[in-house]
Amino acid sequence: MKLETLAALNAERAARRPAILVTDTGSGEQRLVKAEDLAGDPLRAELSRQLRMGKSGMIEAAGKKLFLNVYAPTAKLVIVGAVHISQALAPLARALDYDVTVVDPRTAFASPERFPDVPLVAEWPDVALPPLNVDPYTAFVALTHDPKIDDPALLHAFERECFYIGALGSRKTHAKRAERLRAQGAGDSDIARIHAPIGLPIGAVSPSEIAVAIMAEITAQLRLPPKEKEEAA
Amino acid sequence: MLNRDEDILKAAEDWQKAGHGVALATVVETWGSAPRPAGSSLVINDEGTFLGSVSGGCVEGAVVTEALDVIASGQPKMLEFGVADETAWNVGLSCGGTIRVFVEKVGQS
Repeated sequence: MKLETLAALNAERAARRPAILVTDTGSGEQRLVKAEDLAGDPLRAELSRQLRMGKSGMIEAAGKKLFLNVYAPTAKLVIVGAVHISQALAPLARALDYDVTVVDPRTAFASPERFPDVPLVAEWPDVALPPLNVDPYTAFVALTHDPKIDDPALLHAFERECFYIGALGSRKTHAKRAERLRAQGAGDSDIARIHAPIGLPIGAVSPSEIAVAIMAEITAQLRLPPKEKEEAA
Repeated sequence: MLNRDEDILKAAEDWQKAGHGVALATVVETWGSAPRPAGSSLVINDEGTFLGSVSGGCVEGAVVTEALDVIASGQPKMLEFGVADETAWNVGLSCGGTIRVFVEKVGQS
C-alpha cells in the first residue's frame, strides 16, 4: 500500500467518514474510494452493498479478483435518559459493538452504580449533546418520558444526520410530543424521522425486551437496503 | 471489543514515517469457521513487532515470517492457511476453517 493511500485512509477514519480500499489481489494495485466519491464509481453497486453491510469481501470485476476492504466508522448510540430500559440497552448495545453514551441531567438516575462502565454525562441536553458529535453513524434514543429533557434532545438530533432517532412513548404520547416539537420549530420531515412507539413490534414487556426491540430496529435501520426498510417499518 | 482496527493502521502509518519497513497482512477470504472475518489485519515492522491479528493466534507466526520477506522484496504475496493445506501440520487452523491472507508492503511507490 502506498503511504499516501494509508494516510488518506487514516484521515477518513479519524473523521468518522466511511471509505473502501479496493485491492487487485493479482497485481497489488489499490485505490481508495471515499464515501463522497461512491456515487460516481464504476463499482458503486458492489461498493454500496458491502458498505451497507459493513462487510469486507472479494468480488470479481472485469476478470480481476478485487478485495473490497470496508472501513465503516464504529456506530455510536446516544441514550438520553438514564432510566431502567437504558440499564438494559447500554450493555446490549455495547455487545453489538456500539460506542454508548448515556445522558441525563438527573444525577440520581445518571449514577455509576446504575451504569457501570458506561460513559455518563449528567448534564442537560444543550450542554451534553454538542460535544458528543452526533453524526450519520449515530443512533439516538430519547427515553426519559420527560419533555423538559427529551424535547431539546430530539431537536438537537433533528439538526444532525443520525441514522436513527427513536423516542419512548405510546402513540398518544407521541402525538402530543409532535405537537410540542412543531411549536418549537420542527418540521413534518423532522417528526417523521422519529421511530415511535420505539422498537420493532415484538411484544416486548420488560425493560430488557424493550432494549432488544430497540436494538433490532436500530440494526434494521443500519443494515437493510432502503426498500426493505420501508417494508419492515 | 476486539474488532477495531484503528490503532493497527495508525501504527502502520507511524512506523513507516519513522523509517521502518512495514507490511500489512489482511484476511481477504475465509471458508468454514474462520476465526477472524475478511478485512481483519495485522501490521508488522522490520523488527518483527506486530499488532492486530488475522486468526485466533494459530498462524500469526507464519504470517510475520512471510511479511518480513515482503518487506525485503516489496512484492505482495497471497498466503493460504487451512487444515486441507499441506502445511497444516505446521501452521494449520485448529478450528477447521481456511483463510487467505494478502500481505503487502506499506510505502511502496
